Amino acid sequence: MELLHRLARKPKPGERIIKYLLLACGLISILTTLGIVFELGKESLLFFRTPGVDLIDFLTKTEWQPAIGRYGVLPLLTATLVTSLIAMLVAIPLGLTAAIYLSEYAGDRARAILKPVLEVLAGIPTIVYGYFALTFITPILRDVIGKENVGVYNMLSAGLVMGVMILPLISSISEDALHAVPHSLREAAFGLGATRLETAMQVVVPAAFSGIIAAVILGISRAIGETMIVAVAAGSGPAFTFNPLKAAETMTGYIARISGGDLGYDTPDYNSIFAIGLLLFMVTMVLNLISRQLVARFREVYE
Amino acid sequence: MNEKLSLLSDNPLALEQRVIKRNRQSSFWQRVYLSATVVGILALAALLYTILNDTFGYVILVNKVEPTELTNSPLEDITQTELVAILKKQLSKGEVSRLDKEIPLENRSTDDLKALFIEKVIQPKVIENYTLMESIFKRGEINNKLLVTPNGNLVFRSWFNKTLLIRSMSNRPETAGIRTALYGSLWMILITILFAFPVGVGAAIYLEEYASNSRINKLIQINIDNLAGVPSIVYGILGLAIFVRAFLFITSGQFFGVEGGNGRTLLSAGLTMGLLVLPLIIINTQEALRSVPLTLKQASYGLGATQWQTIWHHVLPYAMPGILTGTILAISRAIGETAPLIIVGAATLITKDPSGPFSQFTVLPIQIYNWITRPQQAYHHLAAAAILVLLISLLSINAVAILLRNRYSRRNS
Repeated sequence: MELLHRLARKPKPGERIIKYLLLACGLISILTTLGIVFELGKESLLFFRTPGVDLIDFLTKTEWQPAIGRYGVLPLLTATLVTSLIAMLVAIPLGLTAAIYLSEYAGDRARAILKPVLEVLAGIPTIVYGYFALTFITPILRDVIGKENVGVYNMLSAGLVMGVMILPLISSISEDALHAVPHSLREAAFGLGATRLETAMQVVVPAAFSGIIAAVILGISRAIGETMIVAVAAGSGPAFTFNPLKAAETMTGYIARISGGDLGYDTPDYNSIFAIGLLLFMVTMVLNLISRQLVARFREVYE
Repeated sequence: MNEKLSLLSDNPLALEQRVIKRNRQSSFWQRVYLSATVVGILALAALLYTILNDTFGYVILVNKVEPTELTNSPLEDITQTELVAILKKQLSKGEVSRLDKEIPLENRSTDDLKALFIEKVIQPKVIENYTLMESIFKRGEINNKLLVTPNGNLVFRSWFNKTLLIRSMSNRPETAGIRTALYGSLWMILITILFAFPVGVGAAIYLEEYASNSRINKLIQINIDNLAGVPSIVYGILGLAIFVRAFLFITSGQFFGVEGGNGRTLLSAGLTMGLLVLPLIIINTQEALRSVPLTLKQASYGLGATQWQTIWHHVLPYAMPGILTGTILAISRAIGETAPLIIVGAATLITKDPSGPFSQFTVLPIQIYNWITRPQQAYHHLAAAAILVLLISLLSINAVAILLRNRYSRRNS
């Protein structure tokens, strides 16, 4: 690349400016990250300076009621944990098996039908999934498990639908990973008399393992950051519970509810969404970084 | 292992049985894998079913005034002059003069007047509403309900109708619509494109064509990949802090002489959404630029072009379909995005169409969210109809992207 560009005629004077303009465009992305870190950090600091808030209590207390000075983030964290866990219990097995089917079994015709369906699932706005959870899944759950056990708002319904939402993400990234495994490995396995199942499970999947883990991690990160499904279906009002049939508010749900009203600047409420946002940003960023490292690894091995 | 093998080879029958068993296992799991994929299809089907089920269905309407009390002719045959006379008689003086100021009643079309007549005079109110399935399978129940509802009219209603598209938000679900939200979405997307497309393509050109492998460029690249994975709600918080609050002077329009605004404007929303889709546009554009053959550049350089001339006249036109496809996909993400806009401060109860980048606004997903969270069932039907509008627009936008992609790949092969 570098060498090729040396073939070009020397840039005209104005064109040097263009280069720097383009660089400035690239720098906007850096500024975005810096802006996120700076703003979230600054307001979070203000939040932790609010009388009555301290970091230890924030991370260990089980009551979140900023209005009356209770600042324990655990209820929001557990709700995020429960909904994400349910989502992953749906999305990981379904997403992986779908990926294995599409990559190792499906003929061209089956792929031509199945892949677009998964792509459509991936393109549906999350608010629509929220509606689906509230008006389709929740009534079914209430009929099956009993109205006295399941609330109109519950984490189970939100988690299940979130799993469906994440399914295409996991299946498409894992399929890419499976696809990147060289054909020669499969041919060798078949040549030794392995069945399709044995080839898939004992040769291809282990070879693509880092890519599959990357997909799962990315899925977890998506589940943690998902807002609209939980805001609509999981309930509003923090509750410290691990029971998926109960309503509870996640971190994202809290941010959405609090900022939906008239939010005054520099109130503890206002600052608290930045503190929770910072927590969210850090968790998802670490997950994304790990995932990218893993993807890069399987690319290095086979490309 | 060796022992096992020798055992097997001694007994060919056992070997064969093992092979049969293994093959059976293989095909059993094939079916398991397929069924997992089918679950995805079923989920999609259930989702579409839910939306259609809620969009259509019987409603029981009760009129405030029965049309038969006012006119002898049935509503279909009523004439324009008769409608004008009824409206003038039934509506208050202020109301008539307000309508006259918009367009004089006499000059309005019969359809327009009929709509006014129904909305202002008859004022049908939805007493009871049913889903499509209930309408089909529970006719008996519905009829019983109808019998105990005085003056009730049973009407099969498609909540996805003209009213929905041309009316703005209202406190009566019968006449509520998404016009304001549609305009809001259009304005926001326009601002998003104007900001994110040039910046995104510019950044991608820099990274693909100019950047050497220096540290800063690697940092930019890693950073962009990372930004693509940041939850959308975090962008909302950023937008609130930066655009709504810190740049209040600009986003409220004070700088441009617009009075009395706060920062919760279309401009803030569009820019926030622009930051959100920027990494997507950059990544997609980079991919499109990478697909441009080297020979094209070599030929251009060989003819004595500068690097920028080569990019502008050859690389960009060649990559444009790919760039546009990527941009369209990013835009469709922005159209459906809800969470960041809640935080940036989309209003939920406005009836005034946005008139520029400094207007208060609502967008389609926010309107849907608002209707979903209302307890009245009628609003859920409205939400379903609005979702139908949202999905249809997303589908047509994506169809354009797919068409572009196909044309593009055909040319390359």
